[in-house]
Amino acid sequence: MSVAPAPSDGTWFPLKNLLGIEGLSPDEITLLLDLSETYVEQNRRPDKKQSVLRGRTLINLFFETSTRTRTSFELAGKRLGGDVINISVSDSAIKKGETLMDTAMTLNAMHADVLVVRHPFSGGVALLAQKVNCAVINAGDGSHEHPTQALLDALTIRRRKGRLAGLTVAICGDVMHSRVARSNIHLLNTMGARVRIVAPPTLVPAQANRLGVEVFTEMEPGIADCDIVMMLRLQSERMSGSFVPSVREYFHFWGLDYEKLRAAKAEALIMHPGPMNRGVEIDSEVADDVGRSLIHEQVEMGVAVRMACLETLVGQLPSLDGTEGNAAQ
Amino acid sequence: MTANGEKRATGKVAYVNARLLDPASELDAPGGLLTVGEAIAEFGPRLFAGGQFEVGIPDDAQVIDCKGACLAPGLIDIRVQLRDPGEEHKETIQSRSRAAAAGGVTAMVCLPNTDPPIDDVSVLEFIARRAREVKLVKVYAYGALTRGLEGREITEIGLMAEAGALGFTDGVKATTDATVMRRALSYASAFGKPIIQHPEEPSLAAGGEMNEGEIAMRLGLKGIPAVAETIMVERDLRLVELTGGRYHAAHLSTAGAIQRIREAKADGLPVTCDTAPHYFALNEMAVGDYRTFAKVSPPLRAEVDRRAVVEGIKDGTIDVIASDHAPQDQDSKRLPFTQAEFGVVGLETLLPISLELVHNAHMSLIEVLARLTCRPADLLGLRSGRLAKGGPADLVLFDPDRPWRIEDGELNSKSKNSAFDGRPVQGRVLRTVVDGRTVYTLDG
Repeated sequence: MSVAPAPSDGTWFPLKNLLGIEGLSPDEITLLLDLSETYVEQNRRPDKKQSVLRGRTLINLFFETSTRTRTSFELAGKRLGGDVINISVSDSAIKKGETLMDTAMTLNAMHADVLVVRHPFSGGVALLAQKVNCAVINAGDGSHEHPTQALLDALTIRRRKGRLAGLTVAICGDVMHSRVARSNIHLLNTMGARVRIVAPPTLVPAQANRLGVEVFTEMEPGIADCDIVMMLRLQSERMSGSFVPSVREYFHFWGLDYEKLRAAKAEALIMHPGPMNRGVEIDSEVADDVGRSLIHEQVEMGVAVRMACLETLVGQLPSLDGTEGNAAQ
Repeated sequence: MTANGEKRATGKVAYVNARLLDPASELDAPGGLLTVGEAIAEFGPRLFAGGQFEVGIPDDAQVIDCKGACLAPGLIDIRVQLRDPGEEHKETIQSRSRAAAAGGVTAMVCLPNTDPPIDDVSVLEFIARRAREVKLVKVYAYGALTRGLEGREITEIGLMAEAGALGFTDGVKATTDATVMRRALSYASAFGKPIIQHPEEPSLAAGGEMNEGEIAMRLGLKGIPAVAETIMVERDLRLVELTGGRYHAAHLSTAGAIQRIREAKADGLPVTCDTAPHYFALNEMAVGDYRTFAKVSPPLRAEVDRRAVVEGIKDGTIDVIASDHAPQDQDSKRLPFTQAEFGVVGLETLLPISLELVHNAHMSLIEVLARLTCRPADLLGLRSGRLAKGGPADLVLFDPDRPWRIEDGELNSKSKNSAFDGRPVQGRVLRTVVDGRTVYTLDG
């Protein structure tokens, strides 16, 4: 794949919003990752401040609680010189009965430039995006997509393994309820990795094989010879009824500990999108193994990836002096 | 009764002059069998045969002359109700094990409807320990499918499977919630264990006492329609199709349900089923004059259903015959029909009633034995149920023709609620051997 270097104004990116990974081309993903890479270096320097977003307003609109994603976007916006406002569900008008559409129109009237939205229902972010003029980044919608998480995971893997194509990645645990899993499956497949999902049969979505993954219900065969073992959080809050009988049974059969990890490649690396349920899907010893666990590195990559996404989308907007941007309206 | 409380078998026992029957290999021939310790060491048509034997009878072996009687793998009864813990006045592991041994049953699988129910590993281990202490026949158990048998949350199926549960069921209660059944089928498939259903739609069966039909109408008893069974089986088969999970329908009693299973098998679905002797040996007429010993769940059905059960056993639609042994004491049965409990004892009558299928010329002896030995063993992944060198020496010696009369008072079960009291039958267990030890002899 040969790709022209990305123009710094983001004119290469075809979309006004980043709502999901599904539909992005390998080139687009590669360019986003390449741009993220530059921010990784900058973020490690004492002077992190940039001016790409100077004069721009970024609103973090979170209908679901979040610490790491919201903070990550906030940091990304501030490091790029933008003005960042956080609205979370508890102090927003949603509680007073305002509909999602009303909220969208209100925020639109305030002329924000970028909306970063998390919503508990699949499709909620896309619905909101239809009603606003600004750029929208999906920070997670229901069990559908979480595109910046998949990008930061990909960046983490690429920096460690030097590539994505040809790697075998096992995504393990509560796939059914996971937007992280869906976005990662789309991204890794697009980039030519081999993707497996490993889960109790009750947490494998129907027709999962249609996503182009291999499905396993047992951990050892599922992670055998894998380069990357990506654990997912057991999302008890999205479950109604019993999908798994108990936490201790779940950990016994599907929790990642050193014993099960022996099935993977000796140099296999461990990932988790956080927040972790220690002793549920992952053993603390494994999670804290500095030699193999990439969990903290994922957080670091998150800020860089979000800076790259913000820069790219802002590049599409009409410029501050009033000339047209490149967004396909 | 001999050998009760004896330590593990270490010696050699030579069974000579037997009619060897092994349904798994379709062996039916005169011959001999040698057990060493707990295992079958050697068997075959020419073993110990006078004059031309390949292997002579070892000097240190105890010799048992079978006098031409049938020597077959011990029976495996896959549906037995345990009343211990919880209702020890009806049956204990001890009394039930004695009844099993007297019936030629060397392994039985218990339902989880004890008190407390077998819904976690600790109760499962408790029952295994009690069975080891009694040391008669092998006692296995199903785990409860849902916590407290309440039909809502699935139990720790994986941990119980590791601890030895052979399958999962809510016992004498149907699993009615379709989502629970779907998840159970799906989840248990990760552990290769079947889900066993008591196939009866409870909203149709509620308050019912016997089969719905003319007799119930004349007796003024509330009927349970045959479709209560068919509907539940039909629903479950759709869920099997959806999940690919292993499904076993217990004690089928209706022509409709048997036909649905027949079709599902033809479609290649992973389904199996069993029936109990009273569903092919009796019909609703047995209720007669409000006989509470004929009150069973599901109820004894119409003659057309009874014939369908026989057909199902013959053509292999019905994989297994199980006793559905359900002890009830006098206080639970000597009551107006409406108030009496459901259930009959059946461990000691399993073989002679099943042999009626042979004596009535429906099937061969080896075909009937298959449904009592190797089929249930295969279904639940047990090593016994067949004659195999190195395999467990679980054996039954029986005379298939000897006539006798079933008498309630002579049963070993603590409860005497047999539906077959007074029935003349043919076929008597002479000796029962578990892991090489004799645990029962008729003349004891």
